Amino acid sequence: MEDNSDDVELTLMAFNRARITNEIVVAADGVEALDYLFGTGVHAGRDTSDQPVVILLDLKLPRVGGLEVLERLRQDDRTKYLPVVVLTSSTEQDDMLRAGDLHANSYVRKPVDFDAFLEAARQLGLYWTVLNKPVPSSR
Amino acid sequence: MSSSPSIGRQLGWVSILASGTALLAASLALLFFQLHEVRSSLVRRLESVADLIAFNAAAAVDFNDVDAAKLTLSAMKTRPHVISVGIVVRGQLFAIYRNPNVSAVPSDLLHTSSGSRFTDRDLTVFRPISSEGRDLGTVFIQTDLSEITETWSRFAAVTAGVAIPALLIAILISMLPQRAISRPILNLAAVAATVSKEKDFSVRAPTVRSAAEVQQLVGTFNQMLAEIQRQHLEIQEAQDTLEKRVADRTAELELRSEQLEVQGRELAAANRELESFSYSVSHDLRAPLRAIDGFSEALLTDYSGQTLDRQGVHFLNRVRAGTRKMASLIDDMLHLARVTRSTLQRNEIDVSKIAEDVAAELRKRNPDRLVRCEIQPLLHASADSKLLTIVFENLLGNAWKFTANRDGACVEVGQAPDLDGHPFFVRDNGAGFDMTYANKLFGPFQRLHAESEFEGTGIGLATVKRIVTRHGGMVWADAVKGQGATFYFTLGDKS
Repeated sequence: MEDNSDDVELTLMAFNRARITNEIVVAADGVEALDYLFGTGVHAGRDTSDQPVVILLDLKLPRVGGLEVLERLRQDDRTKYLPVVVLTSSTEQDDMLRAGDLHANSYVRKPVDFDAFLEAARQLGLYWTVLNKPVPSSR
Repeated sequence: MSSSPSIGRQLGWVSILASGTALLAASLALLFFQLHEVRSSLVRRLESVADLIAFNAAAAVDFNDVDAAKLTLSAMKTRPHVISVGIVVRGQLFAIYRNPNVSAVPSDLLHTSSGSRFTDRDLTVFRPISSEGRDLGTVFIQTDLSEITETWSRFAAVTAGVAIPALLIAILISMLPQRAISRPILNLAAVAATVSKEKDFSVRAPTVRSAAEVQQLVGTFNQMLAEIQRQHLEIQEAQDTLEKRVADRTAELELRSEQLEVQGRELAAANRELESFSYSVSHDLRAPLRAIDGFSEALLTDYSGQTLDRQGVHFLNRVRAGTRKMASLIDDMLHLARVTRSTLQRNEIDVSKIAEDVAAELRKRNPDRLVRCEIQPLLHASADSKLLTIVFENLLGNAWKFTANRDGACVEVGQAPDLDGHPFFVRDNGAGFDMTYANKLFGPFQRLHAESEFEGTGIGLATVKRIVTRHGGMVWADAVKGQGATFYFTLGDKS
């Protein structure tokens, strides 16, 4: 989830460079993200058993903020084990603590240096799409 | 109040005692004199009577005519006080008349020829009987003392009748000056009691005609009261003034504290604003930088050598360098803001260890640098370890940076026990600086070296100063251009 189109494009570019071929769905704000994940609103009728392998979550989203999205995901049985990587500019301690409280799986700060960002995207993609084994959804 | 009698009563008793004693002494003297007079007079009268009997009985004795003698003696029966009357001739009772109540004649009467004799019950006078120069015998008359007693009793009654009214009059007369003395004193006592009980200093003792000393006493007492009243008034006024000042000051303080509260709220609001500002800076200012750098990189990767010539590549690299520089400026500013905001947690900490850790990190980050680092062991301080780490990151980081162009770079960390406040210091033998600009050293964004010479944002020492100041300490520097610099700091702990 990312509202900044520059960041969306750069992130997609970074995953592309890292040869990560998974389908990437972009939600521009928290409401859209929740609609997509829960099959409501503009995404009504979507098959909610088909969930992403990892969510990259920006904290500063319009309408419903990133931390609130995380909180809602963790409250719902369908999404409570979904891996969520907070990918944000903020290094505010409060944000980091809050994300930790809400069981974010990882907290990554977006570097300004694109080379560093490329490296971060490569490692993230590799880890979450290849190395990480998701929690089985049918429990 | 007190159990001792009042001054009026005391004075009364004194005058009663004085006049009573005088009257008693005078009365007793009179009585004594009177007693003596009565007795002498009685003796003289009895002697005259005895002389008369002796004269009348001389012929009868001369002629030894007892009956004639008895007849003469019997003339005495008209005198009720006479106990006995007799004639003694040559020691023998010649003739006697006796009051019917008396039985015997004492024998000692027979041998006395003249004079008088008192006993406690009677008086006897003796007179000689003589004829033509011959001594014939003695006449005696014995009488009781009732005459004396009566006369004396009468006199005593008279004396008493005079003395007691005189005493009363004397007491009455003496009471006038007494009252003149005691009344003002009693008034004085009453006024003093009122003053001490009711704290009313406006009352005055009434001035009366009396003895000079008493008038003086009353006058002085009233003056004293006036003085006390004046002082009391002054104290009251001073107290009122003081109370008013306290009230004023309290009101002022309340106003001040209200203002402070308002200021505090404003400050808290400003702090919150600053926080959201930093948040916004950290999030929003970095995003466009990321875009600039990211797309520049994409241009370099995808277009260099084709549409992008060497000049274009150079420009894009400058653009990327600029964005990185801006990013680190933003990070340092946020760092400085965070240092200001975080709460100070003072603990006993191992300063040497912190310096060692920071130096190790610097070595790791600059593996190509060869810096000799001497850190004095066992340095301790009471400080916030996180913030002190930031201090050493900046000071040691600077030392590392400014010795970059020098062979045999040496950095030293220690404590200067001979300087005031026993400051810690970080010393290097690097570029140093001109002390003329030392005052600019600790201001944010102040730099004493060209960017091309040593890179940096100019925030590091401002951060150090803020941390040291928050500890209540001081930071200062000593340097010689080209020879190195020493930074001293204290942490406001007394240990």
